[in-house]
Amino acid sequence: MEQILVNGAILAANYALIALGITLIFSIMNVLNFAHGQMFMFGGLIVYWTVAQLGLPYAVGLAMAAVAVGLIGMAFEVFFFRRVMRDSTREENTMLLAVGTALLLENAALSLFGEKQRGIPPIVTGVYRIGDAFLPANRALVFGISLVLIVAILLFVTYSKTGRAMRALAQDRTATLLMGVDTARISTLGFGLGAALAGIAGGLLITVSGVNAGIGTAISTKAFIMIMIGGAGVVSGALLGAVALGFIEAFGYAYLPGSLTYLMIFVALILFLLIRPQGIMGKPWG
Amino acid sequence: MAQIDTSPPAVVQPPARSGAGRFLLVFAPLAALLLIGVPLFLGGMPYWLNVVTNACLLSFGSLGVWLTFSIGRVNIAQGAFALIGGYTVGLLTTALGLSFWVALPLAGLFAAVIGFVIGWPLLRLRGIYFAMVTLSLTEAVRLVFLNIGNLGGAGSVTNIPTPPGIASPMDFYLFAAVLLLVGYAGIWRLQESRIGGVFRSMRQNEELAASIGIDVALYRAMAFTICCFMGGIAGGAFASLQQNVYPQTYTVSDSINFMLYCFLGGLEFVLGPIVGTFALVIAFELLRAIQEYQALLYGILMIVVMLFLPNGLLSLRRLLGGRE
Repeated sequence: MEQILVNGAILAANYALIALGITLIFSIMNVLNFAHGQMFMFGGLIVYWTVAQLGLPYAVGLAMAAVAVGLIGMAFEVFFFRRVMRDSTREENTMLLAVGTALLLENAALSLFGEKQRGIPPIVTGVYRIGDAFLPANRALVFGISLVLIVAILLFVTYSKTGRAMRALAQDRTATLLMGVDTARISTLGFGLGAALAGIAGGLLITVSGVNAGIGTAISTKAFIMIMIGGAGVVSGALLGAVALGFIEAFGYAYLPGSLTYLMIFVALILFLLIRPQGIMGKPWG
Repeated sequence: MAQIDTSPPAVVQPPARSGAGRFLLVFAPLAALLLIGVPLFLGGMPYWLNVVTNACLLSFGSLGVWLTFSIGRVNIAQGAFALIGGYTVGLLTTALGLSFWVALPLAGLFAAVIGFVIGWPLLRLRGIYFAMVTLSLTEAVRLVFLNIGNLGGAGSVTNIPTPPGIASPMDFYLFAAVLLLVGYAGIWRLQESRIGGVFRSMRQNEELAASIGIDVALYRAMAFTICCFMGGIAGGAFASLQQNVYPQTYTVSDSINFMLYCFLGGLEFVLGPIVGTFALVIAFELLRAIQEYQALLYGILMIVVMLFLPNGLLSLRRLLGGRE
C-alpha cells in the first residue's frame, strides 16, 4: 500500500509538469498542443544525446533539453501559430496545425535519433526505505526536481510581471493589449515556457523508464486525460488532474492486469465527462 | 427627404447550374479516373494498385469524418469504428462462416449502432473536449480488443477469406473504387439536401439552430452515426483486403490521419477528403524513394500545405482563379 502511494506521488509530480505545460499553452494561446507528447519525447532524447553521446553531466543535459524544446516551442508560435491564427477561417485550423507540428517533431526525431528505445543510467544510486515502501534515490531526485519546478512555475505565474501578463492574456487578449502589454512577446514566451516544461519532464523521465521516438502520442493522450479531468486552461485543474491520474495509474497497475488499467481510466473518464463536461475546475466549453 | 431605393440590386446572376449538373461535373471525371484511368495505368503494377485500393478505402472513411466536420466537431474516433468494422467482418466471416457481402453491411450497421449509443451523450461536448474524448475513445476501443485477446478471446482474426466473386487485386480495387463513388454520391446528396443545410447551421451556431426548432441532439447524432457507419464499412473492407485484423490495425495515429485527410483536402468541399487522402497516401509512397528522410519530408510537406493553403488543397483552384 505504501509502495503504491509512493509510486503514485512520483508519477503525479512528473505528470504535473506535463499538465502545467499544456495548460499554460492552452490558456494563453487557446491552442490544444497536440505536439506536447512529442516535445516531451524530444526533451528526453536531447538529454540522452548530451549525456550518453557527448558525455556531458546530466544537469547540462536537462538545461539543454529545456532550452532547446523551449526554443522549438517559441519558433512554432512565431512562424506557424501566429500566422495561422491570423489567417484561419475556421477555429479547427490551429488544432490541426498542432497535429501537423506533432507529426513534424515525431518524424524529425525518427530521422535524427532513430526508433530505438533510449535511456541513460540513473543519476544517483541507492534506495531509501519509507515504511514498507522502497524509493530508489533516482526517483526521489526526479520527484524533488519536479516539485521544485512546479512551485517555481506557480510563483512565477502568480507574482512576476511576465507571469501576471500571461494570466491577463488568458483572461482577455484585447484588454491585455489595451493595457500596453506586448501580447505577441508574451504569447511567444508562454508557448516557449509550456514547451520547455514538456522537455524537462521528458528529460527527467528518461532516467527512469527511457524514451523512444514513438512515445509522443501516448504522452499527449495522458496530458489530455489530465486536463479533461481537471478542466482545460485552469492551473489548479491541471495539478488536480495530474494527481488524480498519477494515483489512479499507480493503483491500477498494482491491482489490475496490464492494459486493463487504461481501459478502465478511459471508461471512467467518458462517464465522468457526461456528468461534468468541463472537468472539475473548468469553465463550461473551455 | 431621402428616397428609399427599392429597385433590386443590379447584380447579374451567373447562370446557376442545376444541382445534378454540378454533381456530374465532379463525379464523371472522378468516376472516369477511378474506373478507367487507374486500371489502365496501374493494372500492371500490383504494388501501386494496392496503394490506390487502400487510398479508396481510407477516403471512404474520411468522407464520414468530413460529415462530422460539417457539424463543427473534430472527430478523432474514426479509427475506433474502423477497428470495430474490421473485427465484425473478421469474426462473422471466419467464426460464423457468413459471406463477406452479408458481413460488410452488418459491420457498418454494428459500428453505426455503437456510434449512435456512444455518440448521443458524447456529442454534448464541443471543441477541444470533443476532440480529446474521441481521441480517448480510439485508444479505449483498441484496449478493449487487446484485453479480449489477453482474457483468452479472439485478440486478432487471421485468415479472413477474400470476398466471394473477387478473384484478383484488380477486382478488389474496382470494388473499393465503386464503394468510394457510392459514398461520394451519398455524401454529396446529403449535404445538398435540407439535412445538409441543418448540419451547416449547427456548425455556425448550435443554440441558434436549436432556437428555430431544429432537434440539434438528433441531427448531430445522425451525422456521427453515418460517420461511424462509413468507418465500419471502410475497416471491414480493409480487414478483408489484408485478410487479418489486430488491435494495432487502427491506432490513435490512424484516427488523426482520417481527420488530417479531410482537412488537407479542404473542409468546404465534399471532394476534399478524397483529394486529401489520395494526395497524402501517394505523397508518402513517392517519398519512400528517399528512405530515411521520408517521414521528415512528409511532416514538412504537411506543415507547408497548412501554412500556405489553410483551407485545403482544393482551395488552390480558388487561389489560382482569383476571387469567386
